[in-house]
Formats: sequence, structure tokens, C-alpha cells
Amino acid sequence: MEEKVKVSGGTGLSGEDIKSGKIFLMDDSLDCAYAWDTGVAINRYLSELQKGRIIATKCRKCKRVMLPPRLFCELCYVPSNHWVYVQDTGVINTYSICHVHWDASRIGENEKPYLPAVIEIDGASDGMGIMHLLGEVDPDDLKIGMRVQAVWKPENERIGSITDIKYFKPI
Amino acid sequence: MSKRVAIVGIGYSGFRTTSTDVSYREMIYEAATKCYEDAGGIHPQSIDSFVASSEDFMEGISIADEYVPDQLGAVLKPVQSIAGDSLQGLASAMMQIKTGELDLVTASAFSKVSNLSSYENVLAYATDPVYVRPFQENPYFIAGLEMNRYLYETGTTREQCAKVVVKNRYNALKNPVAVYGSKLDLDDILSAPPLCEPLGEFDKSGHLDGAIVLLLASEDKAKELTDKPIWIEGIGWATDTPNLDSRTDTLGGALYAELAGKKAYSMAGINTPYNEIDFAEIDDTFSYKELQHLEALKLCGPGEAGELLELGSFAPAGDLPVNVSGGSLGIGYLHEANGLQKVLETVMQLRGEAGPRQLEDVETGLAFAWRGVPTTTGTAIVLSNKG
Amino acid sequence: MRKVAMVGAGMTKFVRRALETPKELSYEAAKTTLDSCGLSLDDVDCVAHGTAPDAFDGIHQNGEYMTCGSGGWNKPSMRVFVGGATGVHAIVHGWHHVASGMFDTCLVVCEEKMSSAMPHAQGFFLTIFDSITERALQPNLLWIFALEMNRYMERYGYTKEDMALAAVNNKRNGLKHPASQFADEVSVEDVINSEMLAYPVSRLDVSPVSDGAAAVLLAAEPVARRLTDKPVWLEGVGWNLDTAYWATRDLSYPRYLDKAARMAYEMAGIREPDKQIDIAEPYDPFDYKALHHMEGLQLSPRGKTVELLRDGHFGMDGNMPMCPSGGLLGVGNPIAAAGTMKVCELYWQLRGEAGERQVPGNPRLGLAQAWGDLMQVSSVVVAGI
Repeated sequence: MEEKVKVSGGTGLSGEDIKSGKIFLMDDSLDCAYAWDTGVAINRYLSELQKGRIIATKCRKCKRVMLPPRLFCELCYVPSNHWVYVQDTGVINTYSICHVHWDASRIGENEKPYLPAVIEIDGASDGMGIMHLLGEVDPDDLKIGMRVQAVWKPENERIGSITDIKYFKPI
Repeated sequence: MSKRVAIVGIGYSGFRTTSTDVSYREMIYEAATKCYEDAGGIHPQSIDSFVASSEDFMEGISIADEYVPDQLGAVLKPVQSIAGDSLQGLASAMMQIKTGELDLVTASAFSKVSNLSSYENVLAYATDPVYVRPFQENPYFIAGLEMNRYLYETGTTREQCAKVVVKNRYNALKNPVAVYGSKLDLDDILSAPPLCEPLGEFDKSGHLDGAIVLLLASEDKAKELTDKPIWIEGIGWATDTPNLDSRTDTLGGALYAELAGKKAYSMAGINTPYNEIDFAEIDDTFSYKELQHLEALKLCGPGEAGELLELGSFAPAGDLPVNVSGGSLGIGYLHEANGLQKVLETVMQLRGEAGPRQLEDVETGLAFAWRGVPTTTGTAIVLSNKG
Repeated sequence: MRKVAMVGAGMTKFVRRALETPKELSYEAAKTTLDSCGLSLDDVDCVAHGTAPDAFDGIHQNGEYMTCGSGGWNKPSMRVFVGGATGVHAIVHGWHHVASGMFDTCLVVCEEKMSSAMPHAQGFFLTIFDSITERALQPNLLWIFALEMNRYMERYGYTKEDMALAAVNNKRNGLKHPASQFADEVSVEDVINSEMLAYPVSRLDVSPVSDGAAAVLLAAEPVARRLTDKPVWLEGVGWNLDTAYWATRDLSYPRYLDKAARMAYEMAGIREPDKQIDIAEPYDPFDYKALHHMEGLQLSPRGKTVELLRDGHFGMDGNMPMCPSGGLLGVGNPIAAAGTMKVCELYWQLRGEAGERQVPGNPRLGLAQAWGDLMQVSSVVVAGI
């Protein structure tokens, strides 16, 4: 039973090596700015969110009610510009309780954990979910299958963004 | 596997400097729909595999591959993304068919550069972080260095480079998708503000948004689908070093083009490119590039491109029409989709579908794309309508 | 179809923070691979390389940058990029090159240097989410794993203890991998008591972030037979990508992997993978993922994987050792290179060269799988001797 695995290189450094200046480092930070065109479908989605409504599109072939709305059904591959309002209530498909920020730093002592979830929205086809946050709920009470309702920002604070919905809370 | 591969469907959309009304996914959907229809009304679920070409930083998305499938109709299909020029993506599609395991493969790419508010920053991030970036120069300086060396080594003049711009932008007037078509004279270009001398503002092609989708098929499938298959006779790609200071060739040469061309010609059985290629779509991201590439691709002798241009050899009515489409200088620069634009024109010419730009009696065309500053990567493809 | 074999393999150690630059890491892996089969760069017709998000390195067109390290100088050199699946997909990409008949040899090199990204590579994963409909929620990468893990556990009534078994298994196997810097003997208690990051994911459920590179040399049949009397054949390859609308999928079952696996099995002529495959290297960035993938790969019935794992079916002495390399959990996870490490493992195992990790009984067929993008893509390679 011979070992012929070839391994070479990969010299480990410790945090101390870097802090103490033993290793020469160069820094740079990236400055990249983008202004994405939302396109027809998402433009409508965001405008409706600003008005406090969730809109979807329906495929004329397979009849799926698709969320987020798209101008074409990706399965039938036909255009779909039949717009349908759906409700702002739904069911939790899955959830998590997250103790770190987006940049991997831990949340502070006085900060509440994030509660991301996939929520199947009422009115859209089965399993048609969106990712959003949960709120006004004790994490220990969370269950897959729980019914939830969107909590919207006041009208004058909505800007046409997914964050116009603050979070979903249990009903 | 020596069976041939053909292009059987083409589709494109956008080709505007800004495309605020549509998202890139909607743009690709339009291009793909047209492509599949052009191929005889194929439903994408009957396509075996899909190849997209993109670069994360151009889109502001990490792992751009994630968002590829839906608009191509490729949900739950084999899909991959090549982080490279779209001609390399096309090469990958071709290789997949040549394995004998797949018959129909899509190659696609798009540019939504209008959404990138900090293009020159992103370009700078492609340069070496330790040896080049600290200078904080506008990355076009690399093109300036190259151009200067090229002029010095070959005796080509600034005026000859400017004539490339005149030719291509004038050719573009006959191309309905071209955005930068215009009738310029030499002075307009020579007196334009300098960029990174000797490169001037007009020596550089302008930005363009657009999406292109092509469908490739194995020989048997191609003959089933269309009576105008355009055969890929040969393809080759190569990369020289990314390091500015250690190019195999000098800064004035384009060894990557020579190597790519060599491989493509060898596959296509071409020994004298100047005689056997009827027309060419050659990367002209910068004016001097067209001349430099023509020489590296052996479509003329070393240092001769400038003179031959002045003699009219590369004009639409010349011996070897180059960039009748208008090239990037005339149409606009499509970034990752640049390579596919060259193929698009070549296919249209070989099919006889180039309208007012149509060249007479063409059988074999060459398309060549370069990845742009600061890369040394190029891909050459030989296409024909024979048999 | 032109037969293609692996004739050489090599890799660097996987470390948290490497001294070497990305080019140097690629070079080490590539050179080691060439040395392992006595070839030089002149014998390489083309290079297929992979490196994952450019954002980690802060270099746009990272593939170009890496060229001199991966051996692509003045050669046809192409980079495929499918997120985490790149490690195995680069071998598929290399297979396209050689099986097409256009090249006789292809050097496949995958490299990752995650430590360059400050303060933590994880932050860059913000940009994998949809720029308009998701990023504004400030998601962390852990969310998608946690959401999927929760759904998977709920579907089959699995517990965190059940999931931890995969971590225990893989980390133990990894103790014997010479490139591993992370292997540890952990118990189920260690895993479930480790710091909770995003329920149900705890720290020890996650594979360690690392730097590293791995490479494989592919050759067409006539060349392969000249070079070695033990070529490891690429019997089948498969790959598949699901919709970008990930929240509309059944997260408890990777159907895209199901399709990729079937594609590979069909090419390899395998009808009963759960009986015919001797060694399985499913992608295991998280412990539950190994199990999730075993099901998608048809190597284990849905909802029964934990049972089989407990019974020893997937242990080193079992019917189908799972992750004899130690996997990502045991060896480390430099995103693009991790999958290639698994393919290298198949190469060594099938040739009987895996030393202390050798699976007994002369294994004949092995499978390596990687997964990536927005948890919707998988590449599968079936290798045989």
C-alpha cells in the first residue's frame, strides 16, 4: 500500500505572521459601481412594491403564476405578459436564525439575529417562493409551514425596492 | 471525431449605447428566441448544452453563470460559463459537439457595459495588482505603449491607423445595427483629443450594449435543420503572458494572434491565408489592432498592412475586405460579446444575408477576436459555406 | 467516442492562508502533476483552468492573470467558471478538449486563494445574490445553506446529530491526507456544540476556508497507454444547471444533480450506480451537503442516507466509502480547487496509491462531484480503471 500522492507547496501563514509584519502585504480596495437596468418585468415588480402590492406574471401555456415576475416563462419558453396581483401573505417554506452580518462579523450583544426565510406567496403557483426576512417573532417559535403576512414600510418611505416590505410576521 | 460542426442559427438584440428599457436577461431572451427561430423553430429543451461567456466584474455579479439558464431556455440542462471571450465559448461549444456525445449546443454572450458606472476601474483591476496597479494609470496606457512600439517596429504611421477608423466607421453606415457609423476624414481622427499617445480618442472603439446567441450543430443535425449551414473549418485560441514586461514577442507584436491563426488554419487545411480567405472580420478594438492582427494572422506580410490599407486592399471592393460590418470601431465594442459579433457578420455574409454590405462570391471567412487590454488572448475561426 | 484518461495528478497543501501567490499555487500543483507522469510543459497541448469568483482575488479576468502559473503561456488556455462546481467541471471541460479530437493532452489546473479577500472572503458572497431582488436584504452566504439544510432536515425528520455524522466521517478520513491542514477527530457533540452561525448551521458543520491548488493531466487513449500502465479512464461526465429562481425549487432534493449524475452514468454505461460505484466523493462544503448529494447522485435512497451512514455502509470499511479523501470538511475548501482534489483522490485510489487512505478491495469505479453557483449546478465525473 504505497503513498504516491504528490503534494507540494501551500505554505501556511498565521495571523501573527501578518500582524507582526513578517510577511510583506499589499492592499488595495475595489471601487466598482453598477447601475443595473431592471428591465420591464422587474421594473413593474418594484413599482408595485412601492404601491404596497406584489405582482406576478402568468404563463399562458403552463398557467404558472410566477414570482418574481418575468416577461417569459423559462420552462415553456414563451413570452408571458399577463400580469396578476398576488397576496402579501404566505407560508414559510424554510427559515434560519443568523448570528452574523453579511460580512461574516458576529452580531453585537444588543442586536437581534437575522431571520431569513423562503416564503411561498399566496396566489402564486405552488412552491413559488421569494427570499425575505421574518420579524416580530420569537426565533424559538418559528416553524416550517407557519403562515405569515408582509409588514410594509409606510407609503412615504417606500422607494420601489424589495425592502419596501420590512419583513413578514406570523398571522 | 472528425465530423464537422456548423452554425445553424443566429439571433441578436440590443446594439445600443444604453438599453435602459430591458434587463440583460430580457435582451438575451430576445436574441435566443430569434436564434432558435432562425434555426427552424427549435425548442430550447431539445438543445443538448449551452455555453455562455461572461466576466463577473463586467456585470457586478459573482458567479455570473448562476443567472444564465432561464433566458436561454436552459433550465435543468447542461450549462457552463466560460470566463473568456465569446469566441472561446464558441470553441467550447464546438468541442462538445466533436466529442460525439452532443448534437446541438448554444453559444451566447452579451454586453451591458452601460450598467457599469466604473468601467475604467474594472479594467484597471485586470492589471497586475503588484506590478502595474500601483501606478494608478488609466489602463489604456497599455494600448498606448503597444501602439507606439508597433508603429516603431513596422514603420506603420499614425495616419495609416487613422485610415482604419475612416474605413470602418464608413463601412458601418451600411450596417443597420451599427451605432458609430459616420463619414469622417483623416483630420477628424488625427485632431481628436489624445488618450494615451499615440492613441487618440477616435482610435478607440465606443461602448455598446447587445446580446448575441448562436446555435451550433453536428454535421448530420445541421443538414437536417438548414440548407445553409455555415461550417466551422478551423478554430484556434492562444494566450501569451499576462505580464507586461515579459511578453514572448515584443509589445508591438501579437503572438497570440499568430498562434491562434496557425491552429485555425491548420485545422482548416489553409496554407496561404491571403489567397484562401475571402474576407475577414478582424478585431479592431483600437485602430492599430486591425493592422497588427492582419500581419500576425499572415493575411499580409510583416509591416505591410498599413500600406495595403492605403492601396484599398482591405476596402469592401478590395482583394481582402476587412471589417465590412464596420468592426468595433463602426458598430461599437461589445466586450465579451465582441467575438460573436465577428462571427455574426461572417455567417451573414456566407449565407448571402448581409443586405447592402453583401460581398460577392464569398466562400471562406475569417473572424478574429482579442480580449482587450490588458490581455494577450485571441481566438481565430475559419468559416465556410462549402458543401 | 475517443477515450480519455487521467495520467497524472498533483496538488498543494490546503492551508488557511498561503504564502504563495495564486500563480505560485497553480505552478506548484501543475508542476507536481507533470512530474508525477514524467512530462514537461512542452508535452501539454492545452490548458483548462479554473478559479472561482474574481472578487476573492480582487482581480478582473483572473484567468488571464493566472496563465503563467497554470502553464497556459503561448498555449490554448481557457477558463471555465461555474462557481464551486469548477473543481470538477474543469475536468469535464478538459475532457471536451481531448475527447473532441482537437488535442491529445490537456492540463487541468484549479486554484483558489481566498485569504486575499479582507476581512473575510464570506463577505464577497453578497454579490452572488440577485442584485435587485435580493441583495438589499443584506444576505450572508450562510443563509442559503441554512435555509436548504433546514428544509432537508424537516423533510426527512433528520436532526443536527444526524448531519454531524458526515462531518465526523469526513474529518476523520482527512487525518490521513497529506495535504490536509484541518483534519481533526471531532465527535457529534463537538459539532452540535460548536458556535451557532445561522440555524441550523454551526461552525463545525462548515468546511474550512482555505487557499490551495490541484491539477490533473488528461491524455487521449494512445498517449495515455504510452505513459502509464494504469490510466484512469473518464468513463462518464455530466453537468446540469437549474433555474436562477432558487426560491422556487424543492430545496430538499438536488434535481439538477440527479440529471447530471444520470448523464454521467448513461455515458459510462452504469445502470445501478448504488451497486456499481466503489468510491464516492460527493461535494461536502457543509456536512448535510454530503448526504444531500449522495441522494441526488442516486447512491442512496432519499431519506435513508443517515441510516446507511450509521450502519457503516459509507465508512472506509463499508460497501461504498464516502469521501475517503476527507473531503472539503477534512482537507479544506479552496473553492475552485476543492473539486479537483476529489478527482485527484479518485486517481490515486483507483491506482492503489492512496497510502493510508487506500480503500481496500481494488476499487474499480469512482465518482467525484462538485456543486456551485447559487446552489443550482453540479458536475459529475465517473472514473474507472
